Amino acid sequence: MKNIFVLVKQVPDTETKIIPKADGSYVEVTNIKWIMNPYDEFAVEQSLLIKTAFPECNVTVVRVGTVSDNECLRTAMAMGADDAILVESEGLIDSFTTAKAIKGAIEKSGRTPDLILSGKQAIDDDALQVPQLLAGLMNLPSVSVVVGFEVAGNVVKLKREVEGGSIEIYELNAPLVVACNKGLNTPRYASLPGIMKAKKKPLAQYKLSDVGVSASDTKVKYHGFQLPPEKPAGKKFDAMDDAKAGAIVKDVVGLLRNEAKVI
Amino acid sequence: MDFSLSSEQKEYQELALKFAKNEMIPNAAKFDESGEFPKEIFEKAWQAGLLNTCVPVEYGGAGFSNLDAVLIGECLAYGCMGMNSSMMANDLALLPIVIAGTAEQKKKFLTPFTEKFLLASFCLTEPENGSDAAGIKTSIVDKGDHYEVNGNKMWITNGGYADLYVVYGTKDASLKNKGISCVVVPKGTAGIEIGKKEDKLGHRASDTRAITFNKVKVPKENLLGKEGEGWQIAMKTLDHSRPLVAASAVGGAQRAMDLAVKYALERKQFGKSISEFQAVQFMLAEMGMRTEASRMLVYQAAWMADQKIRNTKVASIAKAMASDGLMQTATDAVQIYGGYGYSKEYPIEKIFRDAKLLQIYEGTSQIQRMVIARELLRSN
Repeated sequence: MKNIFVLVKQVPDTETKIIPKADGSYVEVTNIKWIMNPYDEFAVEQSLLIKTAFPECNVTVVRVGTVSDNECLRTAMAMGADDAILVESEGLIDSFTTAKAIKGAIEKSGRTPDLILSGKQAIDDDALQVPQLLAGLMNLPSVSVVVGFEVAGNVVKLKREVEGGSIEIYELNAPLVVACNKGLNTPRYASLPGIMKAKKKPLAQYKLSDVGVSASDTKVKYHGFQLPPEKPAGKKFDAMDDAKAGAIVKDVVGLLRNEAKVI
Repeated sequence: MDFSLSSEQKEYQELALKFAKNEMIPNAAKFDESGEFPKEIFEKAWQAGLLNTCVPVEYGGAGFSNLDAVLIGECLAYGCMGMNSSMMANDLALLPIVIAGTAEQKKKFLTPFTEKFLLASFCLTEPENGSDAAGIKTSIVDKGDHYEVNGNKMWITNGGYADLYVVYGTKDASLKNKGISCVVVPKGTAGIEIGKKEDKLGHRASDTRAITFNKVKVPKENLLGKEGEGWQIAMKTLDHSRPLVAASAVGGAQRAMDLAVKYALERKQFGKSISEFQAVQFMLAEMGMRTEASRMLVYQAAWMADQKIRNTKVASIAKAMASDGLMQTATDAVQIYGGYGYSKEYPIEKIFRDAKLLQIYEGTSQIQRMVIARELLRSN
């Protein structure tokens, strides 16, 4: 285990109130406080746990995004990552373009990845695509929703959560792409001395064109952003009176069938 | 004049606030209720480098300025003023060593605090000497090859958990402030008697005890500065620590104000949000006025300490303004909450109780006014 790359994304703070722009072209970003995508924190922490066990390991964090509010790369380095790569993008780009940019950035670093880690999804667009697309582009195996992680030499043993609460166990050879889920570990705080040290760690900066991405790579066109319609108030049924139970059940079934159309 | 913080300082704030929101706020009510000592939380804070901000780089610390320290302290107090008392007490106890210790003493006493999680106590106040600190009766007497410490100390923060005690005593009480010396007493030294934990109105997570020194032998090399310099050391320590205490009051006030604003927007009476009533708006506006003005004074007092400009007057103004302001803000916040503000179900009740101590410890609001008046009068 020598080179670990961790993908991080900057997303609006979980407490942010999302407001679409007046023209619907995107959401208002002027008052947003940016944080590291919480799932990516699990990926950063995992890379640092591996680095503790294999001190020769180099951890590089990679982000595609705008230059402003670039704090999450600094945060990752303050937590303990060795260096960072920023691929500068303007405006909205889709998951495929992002994955292609990351592939280009990793290749440009000159280091061959043994492990690529990311969060299982970003909490802003919830696309759940970049790790898998990147694995496809790089011809690497990938596992997502990972909650258990062991490294023994070149072999990586993973636990993956599947529907219904079962766990799948994987054993793979590096290199590979792993997308991490909550429960994998407890991310550390970036310590204050770590924040000071992070200032001196290298941050490479590329444009999309530097990493082999062109405008024609875009697969998704964004037509507009709007809030989902407000939920109408729920209906209440007084089921305390046993005598009325029959009538109420009939009523509810009728509504589910004719109004909600779920049965 | 530049009011902007550096990008590092903003990151320190962000980290401290994240810690306050994730670790302190969710646990504050629990430790307030039980009065238990939240040692695990303090240990986590230590791991994140949030404790012992006064330790210089040469001794393993981060080398923070006083301004850095107040920025961090404000955020921690936002999380819980009670917990922050314990965290701040470490700096209060280590500052005399930073200020007056020899290189050897600093290495011996400060470095361990950067290597593992340890707590310390500052022992000045006595049962009969609070505001009249120069009148302390604890004795520190030269016994040839060692000093002997005898006396009672009161309201000692971290008293039950301290790894070292920084103790002030006199060789002759009639000499008043000129007779006072300051020594470092390691924990476990024979004759240290630790009293029971005080059952307090607020700051219940912080460990406060009476400590008795009964014929405690202290090695001569543990004397800070020279014999009789204890009072100067204590005063210099307070010049540094007053901005920290004032910052704690600002953090508490900010929390009370944030809660009051949020509740005023949520609560409806007479068919509309109570935030639409001018009576409520004025209370909120005054909270903003007091908190922001206090914060600027705290920054100024800390900045002066960093520039080595005598800050006695400004630090006292900051401490008095911030703590009196906090008390009023907490009182008004409870008022905005109405009946709910009086219930332990809502966090403002605890903040109201915690607020009171800020007007009492580290120089009461009245002592601050005496200092301010003295400074004003002597400049004429």
